[in-house]
Amino acid sequence: MPKVTGEFAYSSDLSAAGMLWGHTLRSPHAHARILEIDIAGALSMPGVHAVLTHEDVPGTKLYGLEFADQPVLAVDRVRYFGEPVALVAAEHPEQARRAAERIRVEYEPLPPVVDPERATEEEPLHPGRPTAGHGYRDDPRPNIVRSLVIRHGDPDAEGDVSVSGVYEVGVQDQAFLGPESGLAVPDGDGGVDIYVATQWLHVDRDQVAPCLDLRPEQVRIHLAGVGGAFGGREDLSMQIHGALLALHTKRPVKIVYSREESFVGHIHRHPAKIWAEHRATKDGKLVNVRVRILLDGGAYASSSTAVTSNAASFACGPYSVENALVESTCVYTNNPPCGAMRGFGAVQVCFAHEAQMDKLAQELDIDPIELRLLNALGPGGSLPTGQKVTGTLPVADVIRRAAAMPTPAPEELPRDPIRLPGGSGNTTRGEGVKRGVGFAVGFKNIGYSEGFDDFTAARVKMRADGGAEVHCAAAEVGQGVAGVILQVARTELGTDDVVLAPHTTATVASAGSASASRMTWMASGAVRDACRAALEERERTGGRDVDVERTYRHPRTTPLDPETGQVTGERSHVAYACAAMRVVAEVDVELGLTRVVWIGTAQDVGAAMNPQAVTGQIEGGTAQGLGLALMEEIQTRDGLITNASFTDYLIPTTLDMPPVVSELVEEPEPDAPYGVKGVGEPPTVVSTAAIVAALRAATGRDLTRVPVKPDDIVGL
Amino acid sequence: MRISLRVNGGTHETDVWEGESLLFALRERLGLPGSKNACEQGECGSCSVLLDGKLVCSCLVLAAQAAGHEVVTVEGLAQDGRLHRVQEAFVAAGAVQCGFCTPGLVVAAADLLGKNAYPGDDEIREALSGNLCRCTGYAKIFDAVRSTGGTL
Repeated sequence: MPKVTGEFAYSSDLSAAGMLWGHTLRSPHAHARILEIDIAGALSMPGVHAVLTHEDVPGTKLYGLEFADQPVLAVDRVRYFGEPVALVAAEHPEQARRAAERIRVEYEPLPPVVDPERATEEEPLHPGRPTAGHGYRDDPRPNIVRSLVIRHGDPDAEGDVSVSGVYEVGVQDQAFLGPESGLAVPDGDGGVDIYVATQWLHVDRDQVAPCLDLRPEQVRIHLAGVGGAFGGREDLSMQIHGALLALHTKRPVKIVYSREESFVGHIHRHPAKIWAEHRATKDGKLVNVRVRILLDGGAYASSSTAVTSNAASFACGPYSVENALVESTCVYTNNPPCGAMRGFGAVQVCFAHEAQMDKLAQELDIDPIELRLLNALGPGGSLPTGQKVTGTLPVADVIRRAAAMPTPAPEELPRDPIRLPGGSGNTTRGEGVKRGVGFAVGFKNIGYSEGFDDFTAARVKMRADGGAEVHCAAAEVGQGVAGVILQVARTELGTDDVVLAPHTTATVASAGSASASRMTWMASGAVRDACRAALEERERTGGRDVDVERTYRHPRTTPLDPETGQVTGERSHVAYACAAMRVVAEVDVELGLTRVVWIGTAQDVGAAMNPQAVTGQIEGGTAQGLGLALMEEIQTRDGLITNASFTDYLIPTTLDMPPVVSELVEEPEPDAPYGVKGVGEPPTVVSTAAIVAALRAATGRDLTRVPVKPDDIVGL
Repeated sequence: MRISLRVNGGTHETDVWEGESLLFALRERLGLPGSKNACEQGECGSCSVLLDGKLVCSCLVLAAQAAGHEVVTVEGLAQDGRLHRVQEAFVAAGAVQCGFCTPGLVVAAADLLGKNAYPGDDEIREALSGNLCRCTGYAKIFDAVRSTGGTL
């Protein structure tokens, strides 16, 4: 409710008495040596209270989600365009910006590594980084973030037919609307409170504290209102910078990124190049799938190692494949750093495996839906990692239900140009417009994988009168987990008198990340367990006030074998969710303009806790996939981002989005509390593939790269 | 410089720097952060307000330009503690996820419905096409606006 009145406080809305504004000076180079930084000119500017460089970082100089390879502030080298170099705090944001312009940084530009296909032949960008460790395969080539090979069955097995293709995915941005921002407030005892929009409060704290040379409890992270996340807030943005300025000036410091800064200041979806070969019997049974995936991780590791592995696990799609060879490699370059974005490696490979399935269907002259059903994975089947599917995975069901959805009849001409490709640009009366129907199916894991100790804590304080306060650090990023927590607590405690305390590191242990479609499952489990424990405790103590905290863990996962990519225990993933989608598109084949007319989808959602919120996730996730299919790409030239604005980086508007009809396929997940599954990612995984399939059907072209551009459609 | 702004029916005297946008003044000077700072270059509509009854991006108007004009922000839509029907419809339809675009969309939708009580789907699409939303895919926003049609 406060979100519709303007009262809800987002991270950029905060203020405090005596507050200063922070600003970050960023590198104009993709790769350069730093020879000298002179801050004198900036310090003498009006309103300026502090100008800080790497020399002012009191603790460790590097941080990172998986490897601490990213400098808080660049030390002697910058590795990407927009890398933070210095900080300013001033009375007014404009004073801070102007002072930052007066910091004189002497750079010696270095040739940037920008071609991921050649990165392993170039000088290492992180010379000190060990090539082995973390249980990963040792790959001594320079600039490898992680490489993974999955050998399953007989990777040389032959089929009756074979189809091959090379597919490319451009760099997508999360483009959440709330810019990175937050307020850091010194506590007067050397510690700091940071109010910020993030996805995982405790992992922020554990990265921030060592850089500030503070104990974890001296850094308290509080969730401010989050204006969207989609993976882009897994990595730190202003947290350490704001805290450094606040501790240095002894004043509260607010930092708010501009949109341009947001585009260069956070990680993106990995661009990918995928070489795929599918071998099958003449009846259409997949015999062997061979896939090579190259991901450009950009300058720093972020969560690239997990994306590399996810892309590999889902490379063959939700199909039973007895033999497979999958190589997935992520390299360091001087391109913008990449990390988590909704779909997390599964989006890129879905685009490739679904194009391949359509190609195979054409080669064999089999109906593409029938081909998918013939090969559909399900419970009891195996992934190429050798993991048996133990929970629910109704692939055949979502395919059948999506395929059975009636598509709208073609609309008569003439019609209002707003309902033609080109829209209000009024570029056609309908001549040259062709219609196509596409289909795709995809899947993805839920929860953290490969042996990661994935848990969520919840704390319930229950008063004698039965009312309760729930503490859980699960980040509400717009997905609705706050509502889920309250729904679970009210159901379990049997009362509506339940409030959700502010999300913070100060009062409860970690919730893990609002990522990997895991938060509903994990928070439900933790809150359920804490509520039940609170009721038991109250019963035991004869109705007194109780205060209990419980930690929920999903079934344990184990790492993949570093040599074979096969599971070392029962499972490397906890569970999966799948979705199938049918798309009708119209394409002006003369001008290369497109209009998606209608989307129908059937999604495996476990048990839907809040059907309205579930369909909201499906519609929104589909829109992000539509963006990647048709318009969204971070453009770079020699590593420099050239379209860091909503003028030049387009995301779907009301004019781009068709109606999305969703069918929820509800099969409760046996391992999950209340049978829930995460629902946020499958629509994004599948929609890019399904939309491009419709464009192929309309145009007859291969369209092997997304976003599809008018030139690709026209054949220029 | 010192200016006087008429916002949501009240008058506010405030100091601004000459380069400050109306959006900045509303958010940082007047304590009205409901109008949002998603792009600050007139592309996203999150900062939409009514200036003398006309829908504008407050990031593209200088604070000083707005002096002497009537500004209505999202905070001014609810009357006497009652939500505007568009606000109620957004809540009921589930049209809010992260909610960062919501204030701008609510103002834009209220503006549309004020001019056209029964907008058709294409009219809604066109009227709201200047407001970016990254979470919802717009479906439930359409539902909300459709459900409000004719009820104002």
